[in-house]
Amino acid sequence: MNQHELDDIKTLLKDSLRPVGGHELQRDLWPAMLRRFDQPAFHVPWWDWTLLAAATALLLIFPGMIPALLYHL
Amino acid sequence: MDLLDRFAAGDLEAFESLFRQYQGEVYRWIMRIVRNSATAEDLTVETFWRMYRARAQFDLSKGNCGPWLRRIASNSALDHLRRSRHEVPLPDDLPATAKQPPAEQLELRREILGAIDKLSPPLRAVILLALVEEESYQNIAQALGISENAVRVRLFRGVRVLRKSLSQAGVHA
Repeated sequence: MNQHELDDIKTLLKDSLRPVGGHELQRDLWPAMLRRFDQPAFHVPWWDWTLLAAATALLLIFPGMIPALLYHL
Repeated sequence: MDLLDRFAAGDLEAFESLFRQYQGEVYRWIMRIVRNSATAEDLTVETFWRMYRARAQFDLSKGNCGPWLRRIASNSALDHLRRSRHEVPLPDDLPATAKQPPAEQLELRREILGAIDKLSPPLRAVILLALVEEESYQNIAQALGISENAVRVRLFRGVRVLRKSLSQAGVHA
């Protein structure tokens, strides 16, 4: 790729996409930051726990599935 | 004890001061990569959240958290692009002065955005930062935590993929 090709693609991009680097923040984000502090650091939905429990139960009942599962992972 | 020392010690007021000092800069940097103001706002908060959680790792001897923060911001933006790949909406930023008829320009723009969307997040970020935002290779390298040479390599690969996609769509660059 030479400079000419780079300039061509740059022109094409800039004809379609305006630089947004000068776009200013429209509001103070500190309140949103405080809300983020109030959220739990890590949240697992209840259905994920259900799925995990079902998979564990299945593997305990049919341990022969473990090698097959590992093979497919 | 100065602001950064207090921040590293977990002082929330010091963190708030840093937040207010840098939120605009972080937002603008993320905006350059994701090109969507609502997403950039969310990722700005995410960036500061990551910063606060990693405060113990900050090297106080550097005396300025700007470059560190920009690196975290870039990682947040790239993580977002990885999660939402192929789901990114068109940015609402048509140029003010259109050289071509609107319908034709919209079609061209759609092809170009489609081609950019096909790029992997690291290539996409370098293409947008270097070619659209005209950031220096040095700035991009620092923000992404790679060498300037790696920036050139990503740019080369990104342009090659873009040209191929556009050529397949009948657009010749």
